[in-house]
Amino acid sequence: MKHYDAELHTRGESLYVDDVTPPGGMLHAAIYGSPVAHGELHGVDLEAARAAEGVIAVLTADDIPGENQIGPVLQDEPLLATDEVHYQGHPIAIVVAETDEQARYALGLIEADITEKEAIVDPRQAHEKGEIIGAPRTFAMGDVASAWAGCDIIVEGRSDVAGQEHLYLETQRARAVPTEGDRLRVYSSTQSPYAVQKAAARIVGVPNHKIEVDVIRLGGGFGGKEDQATAWACMAALASHLLGRAVQLVLHRLDDLRMTGKRHPYSADYKLGVKKDGTIVAYQVRHYQNAGAKTDLSLAVMERTLFHSTNAYFIPNVRAYAASCRTNLPPNTAFRGFGGPQGMFAIESALAHAAEKLGMSREELQKKNLIQEGQSFPYGQSAERARALATWREAEQAFELDRWRAEVEAFNESSATKKRGLAAMPVCFGISFTGTFLNQASALLHVYTDGSVSLSTGGVEMGQGLNSKLITIAARALGISEERVKIETTNTTRIANMSPSAASATTDLNGGATILAAQELLDRFREMIAREIGAQDPENISFCDERALYRGQATDWHWEKMVSHAYMSRIALSAHAFYATPNLWFDKEREEGRPFAYHVYGTALTEVELDALRGTYEITAVRLVHDLGRPINELVDLGQVEGGLAQGLGWMTLEELAYGDDGTLLSNALSTYKAPDGHFMPDDVEVIFLEDENPQGPYGSKAVGEPPLMYGIGVFFAIGDAMRAFDADCEFAFDAPLTPEKVLMQLHHRRFSPIWEAADDATSTPDLAVAGE
Amino acid sequence: MAQSITFWLNNQKIETDEHAGRLVLDYLRKKRFLTGTKEGCKEGDCGACTILIGELRGEQVVYQPTTSCLVPLGEMHGRHVVSIEGLNLKEKLNPVQQAMVDRCGSQCGFCTPGFIVSMCWYVMSADEEPSLQGFQRAFSGNLCRCTGYTSINRASLDLVEDFGEGGRFEEIWGAGDRVGALCQAGLLPDYFSKMTERLAAIEPLDEERHDYTDVADYFVAGGTDLYVQVGEELPRSQIKVLNRHPEMKGVIRDDQAGHFQVGALTTFEEFGQHPDIQAIMPRMDHYLHLIASLQLRVRATLSGNILNASPIGDMSNLLLALDTTLVFHDGRRERQVAMKNFFTGYKTYDKEPDEIMTRLLIPIPHKDTRIHFEKVSKRTCLDIATVNSGAKLHIDDAGIIKEASLTVGGVAAVPLWLEKTQSFLEGRPMDADTVRQGLGVAHSEMSPISDVRGSAEYKRLLAHQLLSAQFTELYPERVSFDALMAG
Repeated sequence: MKHYDAELHTRGESLYVDDVTPPGGMLHAAIYGSPVAHGELHGVDLEAARAAEGVIAVLTADDIPGENQIGPVLQDEPLLATDEVHYQGHPIAIVVAETDEQARYALGLIEADITEKEAIVDPRQAHEKGEIIGAPRTFAMGDVASAWAGCDIIVEGRSDVAGQEHLYLETQRARAVPTEGDRLRVYSSTQSPYAVQKAAARIVGVPNHKIEVDVIRLGGGFGGKEDQATAWACMAALASHLLGRAVQLVLHRLDDLRMTGKRHPYSADYKLGVKKDGTIVAYQVRHYQNAGAKTDLSLAVMERTLFHSTNAYFIPNVRAYAASCRTNLPPNTAFRGFGGPQGMFAIESALAHAAEKLGMSREELQKKNLIQEGQSFPYGQSAERARALATWREAEQAFELDRWRAEVEAFNESSATKKRGLAAMPVCFGISFTGTFLNQASALLHVYTDGSVSLSTGGVEMGQGLNSKLITIAARALGISEERVKIETTNTTRIANMSPSAASATTDLNGGATILAAQELLDRFREMIAREIGAQDPENISFCDERALYRGQATDWHWEKMVSHAYMSRIALSAHAFYATPNLWFDKEREEGRPFAYHVYGTALTEVELDALRGTYEITAVRLVHDLGRPINELVDLGQVEGGLAQGLGWMTLEELAYGDDGTLLSNALSTYKAPDGHFMPDDVEVIFLEDENPQGPYGSKAVGEPPLMYGIGVFFAIGDAMRAFDADCEFAFDAPLTPEKVLMQLHHRRFSPIWEAADDATSTPDLAVAGE
Repeated sequence: MAQSITFWLNNQKIETDEHAGRLVLDYLRKKRFLTGTKEGCKEGDCGACTILIGELRGEQVVYQPTTSCLVPLGEMHGRHVVSIEGLNLKEKLNPVQQAMVDRCGSQCGFCTPGFIVSMCWYVMSADEEPSLQGFQRAFSGNLCRCTGYTSINRASLDLVEDFGEGGRFEEIWGAGDRVGALCQAGLLPDYFSKMTERLAAIEPLDEERHDYTDVADYFVAGGTDLYVQVGEELPRSQIKVLNRHPEMKGVIRDDQAGHFQVGALTTFEEFGQHPDIQAIMPRMDHYLHLIASLQLRVRATLSGNILNASPIGDMSNLLLALDTTLVFHDGRRERQVAMKNFFTGYKTYDKEPDEIMTRLLIPIPHKDTRIHFEKVSKRTCLDIATVNSGAKLHIDDAGIIKEASLTVGGVAAVPLWLEKTQSFLEGRPMDADTVRQGLGVAHSEMSPISDVRGSAEYKRLLAHQLLSAQFTELYPERVSFDALMAG
């Protein structure tokens, strides 16, 4: 059990797009983006850039031979801006030069003639102005309006959660290479090779089959390269097509931060009604999604917010509204969790609020309302093999929650300025693309005459360990050693019409297809061997440890013999298979159906230590129980859980995307946008897997990519718990991330600000826009 | 005398006439096609491009890990540059690589080479017993977005076991020449054992001059700020690499003169690790932990921090609190300026264009003086301060404040020397009342503005808290935070 790419990684021998030796004469592209967030574009002065040293061409929308459109859902996203710009960094022109340095230098010589217009950055403001993408949607169950009357306590409030930068270590990049005639091969760092293929074909003006997209691996994706790798690949393809030379585009980190979309910020109004005993009766929520300037995947993200608006709880009366609001930020996009985490943050805020009003611990209220077998989610699907309570109880027992809580209280008794806080976070996350049609995949299996196996699927390796899992699945399905299996690059000429590697479902879908392909191949071997040994019942031939068994008894047909015999007998040694997740449907008219093959559950307990003097905190421990099915590769799955957790913790605490009112990204570099580092993460992270056969996943496994991110939400409430331990009356807004700034301001601002307000007015502040660098 | 930049790149001798300002990272990837070194941010904040730079000191080559995205090629003359490829063994993984594979410390792999280099540095060079915390310090400048670090910690613990007491490689850790011992055990490529001889054979560059009369568009010291600010200009400009001035490095305690003489090019790490400096600031290790990362601290210089003139320069605020004097040279004469008079406005200061800072003079504090540094940033490590503060306090036997030197950064256009607060404090008893009133005075000296690191109100509040902390940390027996809150 291992991560098959890791050996190459540790030697620095793994290849990413721009590590491959460049073709002769390869050119380099750099992108000129809008300097303002909203405006009318009258023209661009490209003369100086065109005359600059090394510059081969500067391309604009006018140079696009095909259609200037890459919108994946709604057709509202031109590749290059024409008469309007809608966000800072909105691409306007492509500079192509002999070297990367020359291309970047020439960017500084371009000037766009733009009449600036008012920018909107706040989703509520956009909502008020009717800037809504698509139509708002409402999921409803029971009857909220009449349910309030039956509640003992009703809390109402607002919760806000900011976006998140993906911060894949490898920035967006692509290389396009002309082959013959008007054909192109595009090497892209994309989670969605087919999306790149379709969009590039449309831009260049050729049928899809003339664009070959190849992906070796990604240096991280996290959703940020599901749809947003497309534009950069299209730009490289366009330049390459027009100039007849290989063109590479690697975004500089600052450009990547400025030009690409992020996790959607949300603002929500919640109303929660409970009985005195803590039973939740009704929940109403209105979500305002900050979509940014273009649709991108926002509507699908918004849908998942609604799907997860009640997290792991059963609430009989629910009314959840969501609207996708158009603003002048870069188009926000997929990010691990895909809207689910934002839905969960709102319900967890409401629960925290209600618990305080009830005088009940948050944990008690959470536990009391966990969804159980057969109870219904607000979208009509009922919980099957529900594990919410099972993971909660396991966490409670294994980590001795009561004792832990008592230890925290004892610590707080004995410490004046350091205070600890503890919070539980249950998670329930649905697995499948919510766009039902996307739940399909293919696999292409070749067996060579030496017995080695090559497997191609539509899945993209981006660190999540897909290749390692597919090797195990293929070897297990064929009954051979893992050493024989190699996973190929993801390539559109081998696998057509592939779905993106997303929704945590890549292993389920492509693994499912792999098993079918292996079965097809083995069926041929069964027929062949039955014929040779004179058996009438090929169904009684099985394969294990590189050998065929007949009625459970080993035969002398070992793998290499089967393969060479098949070849000599002119039996096909390749198989292609197609998998579609069964029993999925969703009726958008009624907002009801069975959108998910299954759910993943888990419970995390998070402890923090607050320094109430400085407003800083440390995460001291996260211990969690995760519902895993029967793991295919436990080491890989553990990495997914721990890594997802880290991203969730970062999102809730220090990862702060700061935008100015004019739409300028202020946290525009890694010096100002801080993601978790080794010190930030606690040394005490403990993961317990709760195993159980999952009939819906390959070999009983469950998807693991996204759900762990949402364990991170617990840290927000753990910090709140510690703040209240310091001062039971301190302010505590449901406004994430809970940065040291927000902590300190809520703890002490009211207390100490009279001191300086009384002191001499410190006027004479020089106007220093960039002071502090 | 050598004409071209001459150095060893892994096991290969390089002589090149490339521009001295070209980044080592770009040279490795674009010129040498050594693509294991990755570009993640090009500003020293992610560590994906970490390399080792070996420098001959006496008979030994001393290696430091650093981010190749901030290092000028011109400085590599006479050095041994080690990229990830240079740490690979032919037939097997080295122990660090193997531990990371076993524990799945690598997912997408893009940050992995940087981690491996940092961790290999620790195994090759750390001057302490192996520990998890030691490994974590070594990769404090490496970001990973996939693993959450937990598996990397597990890999580190495996290595602690291997190289620690009773481990299978215990003897290697204890060897006098650890790099040699690693080579001998087949855990590091054998060519490392030849590097002393190879580096000694390289002649100095013939342009070398040490009279401070050079003319250049840019003088590059550690480059950790300069390359972030004007990195794309440097390879097109005339630059002077200062790090070839050995006389501008190091710490000397001069009891007769009553001060420490500190070379202007002394790095944060050299300064902070110096025993004489640690003697006056016993918690220096903790301060270093809060400042940048190891990869940056071995490059960033004290003079660079001061001349960058950021109001929140960490070393600037600390050195200002220590009442440091700066010494400049223009090739003809030397001039001294007290640091408290040096900064004149936002990023402006009392220095002539042709002057170079050569030394810092730090008064040796009285034996009863207590010194402390406070810093809060969004992320604890490798982050720029929102507010920081330096303090040097001295009270007499009666508890009366004899000397108070206080600075605060991030609340004014310059690192702020709290002059009025200090005169208010001196002569008063060290207690909560005095501190409360002193804080009121301090507020009259501050004028914070809002920026990406925090709102003006937050910075003021944070400055209030950190100044409070200076007293509660240095005189806990006299001032408690409870008492400060009660007022």
